Amino acid sequence: MGAGNLLTNLELISPADFIKQKVQSVQDYALLAAQAVGNLFRRPLYVADMVQQADLIGWGSMPIIILAGAASGAVLALNSASTLQRFGSLGLIAQLVSVGMVRQLGPIITGLMVAGRNASGMASELGSMMVTEQIDAMRALGTDPTKKLVTPRVVATVFMLFFLTIISDLFGLVGGAMVAVLMLGLDSHQFWTSSWQILAFQDVFTGLVQPIFYGFIIATVGCSKHYRLSRRRAGF
Amino acid sequence: MLAFEDKPVLDGISFSLAHGETKAIFGVAGSGKSTLLKLAMGLVRPDEGRIFVLGNDITRMREEELFELRRQIGMVFQESALFDSLTVRDNVAYRLMEEGDVSEQEINTRVREALSFVELEHTIDKLPSELSGGMRRRVAIARAIITHPEILLYDSPAGGLDPVTSTTIIELIVKQRDVYKTSSLLVTHRLQDAFVMASHYFDKQANRMLPLSPGAKGDVPIGFLILRDGKIIFDGDVQQLSHSRDEYIREYIS
Ligand SMILES: Nc1ncnc2c1ncn2[C@@H]1O[C@H](COP(=O)(O)OP(=O)(O)OP(=O)(O)O)[C@@H](O)[C@H]1O
Ligand SMILES: [Mg+2]
Repeated sequence: MGAGNLLTNLELISPADFIKQKVQSVQDYALLAAQAVGNLFRRPLYVADMVQQADLIGWGSMPIIILAGAASGAVLALNSASTLQRFGSLGLIAQLVSVGMVRQLGPIITGLMVAGRNASGMASELGSMMVTEQIDAMRALGTDPTKKLVTPRVVATVFMLFFLTIISDLFGLVGGAMVAVLMLGLDSHQFWTSSWQILAFQDVFTGLVQPIFYGFIIATVGCSKHYRLSRRRAGF
Repeated sequence: MLAFEDKPVLDGISFSLAHGETKAIFGVAGSGKSTLLKLAMGLVRPDEGRIFVLGNDITRMREEELFELRRQIGMVFQESALFDSLTVRDNVAYRLMEEGDVSEQEINTRVREALSFVELEHTIDKLPSELSGGMRRRVAIARAIITHPEILLYDSPAGGLDPVTSTTIIELIVKQRDVYKTSSLLVTHRLQDAFVMASHYFDKQANRMLPLSPGAKGDVPIGFLILRDGKIIFDGDVQQLSHSRDEYIREYIS
C-alpha cells in the first residue's frame, strides 16, 4: 500500500509542474537573498541579534577551525615534502604551504566547517520556530522575521567566516611550520619569513573574498528552507 | 475564500464583530478556526473575498501597513507560541521593546501589570520551557494584552487544560471583556466554556466572575459562530443557539 501511494504521488507531478516548482524555489531563494541584504538599509536593524549570532557562529566554531586549519597545513606540508625532497627543493615548503592555505585551502576548509556546523542548525531552528507558530507570533507582534532572523544570521556568518578564515590560514601555517621544523628539520625563522614574503596581494585578496561569498551562501541556504515553507502563508 | 493546495478550507465566510463584543467560534478539528483568526490578523491572505479590520481593508495591504494595524490587535496562539529563547519578561515585553521608544522602567511596570492580570508575577524570570502548559497559555495572554489592544484573538486558550485552569482562563477573558470592553474572537472546543461566558459577568469589586441574575441572560455581549466544512452554519446569540433546530448543531451542543 505504501508503494502504491508513492507511485500515485509521483504520477501526480506533471513535467510542467515540476519545472514550475523548481523555478519557484530558485525565485524564492533569490528573493530571500535580496531581502537579507536589503534589510541592512531598512530600520530597524537588530544589532543585538547579530552579535548573538556572531558569538554563536564565530566563537563556537573557533576550536574546530583551529584544529582543521592546523591539520590541513600539516598534511599539506607532509604531503609535498617527499615530492620537493626528490627535486632537492625542500626549502620551498614554506611558500607552498603559505600560498596553498591562504589562496584556497583556508577558505574552503573554514567554509565547509561552518556550513556543517551552522547551516543545518539554522534550518532546523527556523523550521521549529515555524511549526510552533513563533514566526507567526513574531509577525503578529510587529516584527518582520526576515529582519529579525535571516539578516542577523547572514551578516554574522559573512563577518565571522572572514575572520575565521584568517585564523584558519594562520593555524595552517603553524601546522605546516610544526611539520617543517620538527619532522623535516628546517629552520623555523626561515619558514616564517619565506612564507610571509611569498604572499602577494593577489593571493591574500582572493583568499579573503571567498569567505564573504561562502558565508552569504551558507547562511541564505540555511535560512531558505524555512522561507519556502512560509511562502504559502502569504504576506511573508 | 481560502484554499491550501487547491483544497478550499474556508468558503463563503461572512460575519462581523461589533465593538466590545466577544464572538465564540466553534467547529470540529480542522474546520478552519485557526485559519480564520490568521486571516483576521493578516498572517494569511484570502484567495478571494475581502476582510475589513477596524475599518481597513486588509486584503491588499502590504506587510508594513499590516504591522501598523496589528499594533491594535492581540493574538493568543493555539500552542501559545512563546519565544523559547526569551524569558517570560522579555516575551511579555516583546512588543514594547520592539516599538523602541518605551523606557526600561515603564516596560517593567507594564510587564508586572500584565503578569499580575494573569496572576503569574512570580514567573517573570523563567523561560517558557520551565512553565506548565496552562501557565504558558496565560503568559501568552499577558503578551497579547500588554498594549491594551482594541481586538483580541484567542485561539483555543483553554484547550487541553483541566477544568480548574480552564475556568481561570475563561475568567480572564471575561475580565478582559467586561473591564476593558475589548472586542474579541474566541476559538474554543468546549461549548460549556462559552456558556459560562454568556451567563457570567466580571465583578470589579469582588475581583471575580459572578453569575448573572436569572432572566438577565443575553445582557453580556457574546455571540456564537459555528463552522462546518468551511462554511458558517450558525451565527447568533445564546437564545438562538439553544432554540436552533439544526440536527448538527443540536448534536454539537448536547
Ligand atoms: N499552512 C497550511 N498549509 C496547508 N494547509 C493548511 C495550513 N494551515 C491549515 N491548513 C489546513 O486548513 C484546515 C484548517 O486548519 P485550521 O488550523 O484552521 O483548523 P482548526 O479549525 O484550527 O483545527 P483545530 O481545532 O484542530 O485547531 C486543515 O485542513 C489544515 O490541514
Ligand atoms: Mg486550530
